[in-house]
Amino acid sequence: MVTIENLTFSFKKHQKLFDGLSMSLDTGYIYGLFGMNGAGKTTLLNHIAGLLFPKEGSCLVDGELSKKRLPGTLQQIFFLPEQFDLPAINAERYKAMHAPFYPLFDDNLFQEVLMEFDVDATKKLTELSYGQRKKFLISFALATNARLLLMDEPTNGLDIPSKSQFRKVMAGSDLSNRCVVISTHQVRDLDALIDHVTVLNNGKIIFHKNIATISDTLSFEKVADDDNRFTLYSEDIFGGKSAILPKSLSNKETQIDLELLFSAVINQTESINSQFVKEN
Amino acid sequence: MMNFSDNKPIYQQISDFICNQILDKKWAEGGRMPSVREIAVLMEVNPNTAMRAFQTLQDIGVVENRRGIGHFVAEGAYDAVLTMKRKEFIETDVPQFIKSMKRLGYNLDDIKGFA
Repeated sequence: MVTIENLTFSFKKHQKLFDGLSMSLDTGYIYGLFGMNGAGKTTLLNHIAGLLFPKEGSCLVDGELSKKRLPGTLQQIFFLPEQFDLPAINAERYKAMHAPFYPLFDDNLFQEVLMEFDVDATKKLTELSYGQRKKFLISFALATNARLLLMDEPTNGLDIPSKSQFRKVMAGSDLSNRCVVISTHQVRDLDALIDHVTVLNNGKIIFHKNIATISDTLSFEKVADDDNRFTLYSEDIFGGKSAILPKSLSNKETQIDLELLFSAVINQTESINSQFVKEN
Repeated sequence: MMNFSDNKPIYQQISDFICNQILDKKWAEGGRMPSVREIAVLMEVNPNTAMRAFQTLQDIGVVENRRGIGHFVAEGAYDAVLTMKRKEFIETDVPQFIKSMKRLGYNLDDIKGFA
């Protein structure tokens, strides 16, 4: 669905934000895009959406350069930005103006998700709270049936019940012909929803693995201080360590601790990735 | 939302949930199960994760996939789940229980009255 090759990009001269970044994304998955503040997650999504152009390298969506902004490409993409402005019109009017750009737009789904999120479709969008506006846009995004859904911090600003509704709505969406990319810092909101972990750091994708592969390769355990098994990465916690071990040293499959994995990948990129090389 | 508190991968927690429905006789053998999508929505998890739970149970003959119709609880599923869960109970839960019991200075006779 998305193929990025050797992408180089900088906002300032002599300071590359992306330096030979490569990555490919397929339909059928929800990708979690993680990175430190300023790593360039939003900039990467902008490249995929054709809103920014690579200095070098290429970004293809369904085989076409996204920077060409072909209608056939753009109607397959919906980008939900973290910051957005909506016009002073109601949901119906917005739909009438924007839905025609998406040939597969599903009005029933739109009404269904708006209802699920409890968004008042009669009010002007500018009169809604930030959270309500975000939920409006998420509803619209899903209803477009765009095959590539890019979401930048979708749960930011959502109240507690809305976060749960968001997970339900995403869990119920048909992924068979769709690729979803969610960029987020809210790991705990979404860790059960994503099935692929992608980490952006220092201008490159330094980790790009499926959840099933991760839990087949790494084990996440709370270990006692006197446990002298080899750990790939660990952090001190009350009464011991939170550790990542090679699966071969553990007898059980464990739930992935995304926060720990993220820190491990940032700090011990090589040794974490080397575990996966052995598998093949 | 289900509370994914214990340290098992989510797909295993989902298959545990399904196994418990079978052991509690809420889902009968030969009966149709909720769809993968329904389970994914109920538990707020990625549909691929829910699918993996179904697949795992299908591999051990607890769940049957009738193409184009849906998933069903297989014949003999109750006994299969019972055997598997009993083994798990003895190997995992009991040692932990005994450890806590000893730490608190109880012996099995002290506990009997609670069973």
